[in-house]
Amino acid sequence: GATEQSTVPNSPPPPTVPRPPKYPPHCSLRVKSRGHISLCAPCAGLCITMTFTSLMFGACRSCTVYFYETFFFMKKMSFFFACKYLAKDVTYICPFIGALRGTLTVTNYRLFFKCMDRDQSLALDIPLGVVSRVEKIGGTSSRGEVSYGVVCKDMRNLQFAHRQPDDTLKKSIFEVLMKYAYPISNSLAFFAYDYEQIFPENGWKVFDALAESKRQGLPNESWRISKVNDHYELCDSYPSTLVVPVTIPDEDLRRIAAFRAKGRIPVLSWIHPETQATVVRCSQPMVGVNSKRCKEDEKLLQAIMDANAQSHKLFIFDARPSVNATANKMKGGGYESEDAYQNAELVFLDIHNIHVMRESLRKLKEVVYPNIEESHWLSNLESTHWLEHIKVILAGALRIADKVESGKTSVVVHCSDGWDRTAQLTSLAMLMLDSHYRTIRGFEVLVEKEWVSFGHRFQMRIGHGDKNHTDADRSPVFLQFIDCVWQMIRQFPTAFEFNEYFLITILDHLYSCLFGTFMCNSEQQRLKEVSKTLSLWSYINSQLEEFTNPFYVNYSSHVLFPVVSMRHLELWVGYYIRWNPRMRPQEPVHQRYKELLAKRSELQKRVEELRREVANKAASLTSERAGSPTRSITPVQTFV
Amino acid sequence: MLSLGTGGGKASKASFVSYVTPEEIKSEKEPPKKNKHPELLPGEVVFCSANPILKFTQDDQSQRGVFGTLLCTNFRVAFVSDEEEDAAQHFKNRLYGEHDIPLMCVDSIYGGYDDKKKLITSGLVKNKSPNKMIIHCKDLRVFQFCLTFTKEEDARKIFQGIVHHCLEPKSLKCVFAFSYSNIPNPERWATTTFDSAEDWNQEMKRTRGWCKIVTGNENFELSQRLPQVFIVPKAVSEEDYAKFQGLGLPIWCWSHHTGCALFKASSVPMLQEDTVAQAYMERMLNDVAQNHLYSVKTEDLSETLPSIQEIQLAYTKFKQFFLIDNTTDFWMSDVKWFSSLENSGWLDIIRQYLQKAVEVVECLEAENTNVLIMEEDGTDLCCVISSLVQLMLDPYFRTLPGFQSLVQKEWVAGGHNFQDRCNHLHHKDKEQCQSPVFLLFLECVWQLLQQHGPGFQFSETYLTVLSDSVHVPVFSTFLFSSACQRVSSIRADSPQTQRGALSCPAVWDWSVQFDRKAQDFFINPLYAEKPVKVVKKSHRPKHQRQLSLPASAFKTPSKKSFFKEETDSLKKMLRLRRISRWMLSPDSPQPSTREFYEAWLRKPLDYHGLLLPCLSGPAIRLWVQRYLRWLPEVQVFGGGAMAVISRLSELLAQVQELKQQLEWKGHRQETNHRGVPAHLQPAVRHSSVFPFASSRNWSFRPVIPTNVFQSLLVPDSLADQDDEYTEVVSLV
Repeated sequence: GATEQSTVPNSPPPPTVPRPPKYPPHCSLRVKSRGHISLCAPCAGLCITMTFTSLMFGACRSCTVYFYETFFFMKKMSFFFACKYLAKDVTYICPFIGALRGTLTVTNYRLFFKCMDRDQSLALDIPLGVVSRVEKIGGTSSRGEVSYGVVCKDMRNLQFAHRQPDDTLKKSIFEVLMKYAYPISNSLAFFAYDYEQIFPENGWKVFDALAESKRQGLPNESWRISKVNDHYELCDSYPSTLVVPVTIPDEDLRRIAAFRAKGRIPVLSWIHPETQATVVRCSQPMVGVNSKRCKEDEKLLQAIMDANAQSHKLFIFDARPSVNATANKMKGGGYESEDAYQNAELVFLDIHNIHVMRESLRKLKEVVYPNIEESHWLSNLESTHWLEHIKVILAGALRIADKVESGKTSVVVHCSDGWDRTAQLTSLAMLMLDSHYRTIRGFEVLVEKEWVSFGHRFQMRIGHGDKNHTDADRSPVFLQFIDCVWQMIRQFPTAFEFNEYFLITILDHLYSCLFGTFMCNSEQQRLKEVSKTLSLWSYINSQLEEFTNPFYVNYSSHVLFPVVSMRHLELWVGYYIRWNPRMRPQEPVHQRYKELLAKRSELQKRVEELRREVANKAASLTSERAGSPTRSITPVQTFV
Repeated sequence: MLSLGTGGGKASKASFVSYVTPEEIKSEKEPPKKNKHPELLPGEVVFCSANPILKFTQDDQSQRGVFGTLLCTNFRVAFVSDEEEDAAQHFKNRLYGEHDIPLMCVDSIYGGYDDKKKLITSGLVKNKSPNKMIIHCKDLRVFQFCLTFTKEEDARKIFQGIVHHCLEPKSLKCVFAFSYSNIPNPERWATTTFDSAEDWNQEMKRTRGWCKIVTGNENFELSQRLPQVFIVPKAVSEEDYAKFQGLGLPIWCWSHHTGCALFKASSVPMLQEDTVAQAYMERMLNDVAQNHLYSVKTEDLSETLPSIQEIQLAYTKFKQFFLIDNTTDFWMSDVKWFSSLENSGWLDIIRQYLQKAVEVVECLEAENTNVLIMEEDGTDLCCVISSLVQLMLDPYFRTLPGFQSLVQKEWVAGGHNFQDRCNHLHHKDKEQCQSPVFLLFLECVWQLLQQHGPGFQFSETYLTVLSDSVHVPVFSTFLFSSACQRVSSIRADSPQTQRGALSCPAVWDWSVQFDRKAQDFFINPLYAEKPVKVVKKSHRPKHQRQLSLPASAFKTPSKKSFFKEETDSLKKMLRLRRISRWMLSPDSPQPSTREFYEAWLRKPLDYHGLLLPCLSGPAIRLWVQRYLRWLPEVQVFGGGAMAVISRLSELLAQVQELKQQLEWKGHRQETNHRGVPAHLQPAVRHSSVFPFASSRNWSFRPVIPTNVFQSLLVPDSLADQDDEYTEVVSLV
């Protein structure tokens, strides 16, 4: 254990951010966010969340010292806690347990309810970013209580009852909540700008467009890296680094930008390391009712096809249903005609638009929260169409991956603007094709590349900090993508380095507004935030152990083709129904595996020891003889 | 044939058109003219055979086939391929190959006539013989044979022969088990058969029950309904044993460590004024009550649970979803998959049975009341409920030998009418008695297994194989209609075999079907073994568990137990109604069960204690392995749950090997590194249906759904909207 001397800091901490104290090796400290420190002390047999005032006793000496250290650290940190509102005697009407009384705290980051009832140890800890809407339900009850409903973006609704303060000048805690939950609407800053946790790794450095291109073997003789969008003047929703065919000069790209919706020109997302077949993404061509054409665009698509010697064909996947694609012609958009694009075949993937998806998720929430109707569960689930949409998206990605892998053909993927359905399709296809994206860091790169840098409008689709909860731009596009990834994890439980918890954590911080990762609409916007916020990947990469799938087997260059039949698709209970206490989370498989791993290494160690012992004896006995017997011992087989 | 949606009939038509014409195949390859035989089992006789027959392969979607010989023996319909068989099969059944169908396993036969298919119901085919034969199996395989390449006479013969031997009524003596001879092997997992008084005695000792063993039915003098040996409450008087030919007699199933016990009985047909029967039932109830604290709850299961007819109806609908002839049908049915599943009602029946079992568990565990479950015969629903209750309460039954003993105790010795429920003999008048009750039980066990993996020593593969074995006419276990018939068949002199007694093995002799390596699949690598210190099989009173779960945690009924003074009211109630439903708590049991479940849920999970199923909608799932294993469209190559199980088995094997090495204490330097067993090869080579459906032919091409896209009906107003609805509200 650590000594007292080592844990007492000799010099005062720097004025801005206090440094957390060193702690004994068997204790672990995790700052969940400012204000709460989760402290794990096995010697005391507990894992607690600390606030300023609570101290735990019963821990061993070094731990106790550490507790005090932490306590003082927190005191110093208290400077940063400018706002914190606390209301006592709030009733949380839990749909599963019933009414619970406790205290409700609202800080600039979270809503925290701690139950003070009997033996119930319930606590709610919800980042304000998750709050979609707060509303008063009904009038004041006979007991002088007012009910508030809190609708959350993460598939739950909360209901509280609270006695209105007698002092009319004093704000109700729910008014405070409404203020801090919507920083944009109330001209406040997001908590992410104040969050100053120190992580050992800088997550902003996870993705480097040039490094990723290099990994894919780019630039090469057919593809070059263009700087035409270096200052985002070609397309403000695109990344600065673009990979395009060498034969197309930057002037042509500018003309193509005028022809493609929002200037989102066809650029490379992924290249097959062997066949050179590529996945190219863009937005719809602005052909309109008059079937406008663009010579340069046609040349570009031809160049994409020519860059792949294996195939004399190009597949254009339009993610939309053909009806919608045609309807877009009226608004100037449309799709590539096969007259204009020789050797190209157009395929519609029939994925519906963001409004259909939003409505589907709304229905799903109705079906799963709070209670599930047992006898009609399956037909209710079917009526939401949620899994059907998942199936169509996966089927689209599968067709793309199949064309690239089995058909050795390059593909161009687009929808209308190329930032929702296109991102879903390309990233899922890349996940099927490239095992690198199935590692934790690889997946982070995939999200950074296909979603963030290519301008998926996270801020708009989630509606961060905006009180307008009926905004029609909101849509669970990214959630669907993560759901599809989960379906793949389920079908290939050994092919992914990350686990389900990794995906849930990503989704939780999609809404939390704690990290800058998902807060913007484009790379250009986010560039400004990088210096002011932290990256989610900093947090994730600092505790990889929790997110690692113990069954992972790295079969490099192994393509995954999921089965996209309803028979194999399943509702992600661990995410959508996780608030229901009747659904006990199941992870004994992982536990059992870890136990066995530990047992194996212990036994291996013992076997090795015995071997060495025997070998030493043998060596001493036959020291005159040449050749060391230790050499001939076969190492214990390990399987990775 | 699937009849989902609107186009079921049309689709089948299309599928037939799509087959290659005979000319095309002939030009490709001249079928060799040889008549191969499969390796016949001892006692197996070939009835008829035909060559060449084209068997369509399901492995790929191109509707190609394999030429070979089709045979019908007294055991199976066999197909022997002309091509060299790939011997590398991990999970080979020793009795029948992957292209063989035991006669009992045939579910239905269809004749294909050019463009339509017809269900064949009798051996008399009046018109011209069909050019195609489609066989649906009870283990959900589908075979399609093309009969046009062989001589017409041969085709006719083989078709009629197969239809005759598979569908026509036959006598019990014609079942292959009576011709089969087998040298019994030592069983790998010792199973208590409950044939002798000693077995019952042991069981009662193990559970610390105090009832009395009745041995007076050795030759079924008391009643043919009752087992040879059975246990009744101590208070039952001898003259009551056979009062109603054994009807209404409470048979002991299992004792809880607190002393209360579970009994089952068949019900006495009772008229309104039948005072004798009523008095008898009252007496029986009193006798049960005296077993522990003078309390009893009773329920007539046939009043509250789906009947065997409903089970049969639901399963008939349900199984059709998996007997799919072609890819078009598969994708057609994919659209409305969830509602189809629900409409069959099968999953809901599973839920209701599990729910009822939880109710009984609550009575025993939380209220410490004796429970008497009843039903008309006492050998169907009672068997399901009593075995489920024991499985949830008693960890011994969750081990492999324990589970086999449980099936032996409740189902085989308990006299479940396997013969009629499976309609093994195809008697037309028994068709309404047919019902997959035992399969329903296995389904419920599977639900428990998938929810509480570490609690079970056996794997889902074991359950799947067991469910298949019911239809293999080799085992004595699932062949008979009652204990009486079983015993008399085994004793009787059989003129056919010349050996006197029937000598077929029990299904528990797994080496009859699988070699040792294949049997390793039966073990669940997740199983968390009990710490060695604890004496195995002992069912100690779990005081600790009791403490951790105070009685107040449950909603205790106002009258926890009955005392003598209160029996009058009991009698009164009995006079009013036949056997009232959960007499002592007339209020609906549903909410209290929920509380019971939630109280259990709050405690830390003990895999060697009580295990309760979650019955909420998403928790009751489809037994993917059993039902989807033969469908090529749903094979996940390189994935599936098996991938994880294989990795666990791998690791478990390594740990065991290391342990062995340690036991040698380093006496030898060179350790003998056996290669990893075949089935433990890296999971990437397998598909999700492993170890079933040999997947040697798979190509790395994905299955692209054909008609996904028309299915989505969405409100037009939404679908027509633009993605960009309003102007961008920018952050900056």
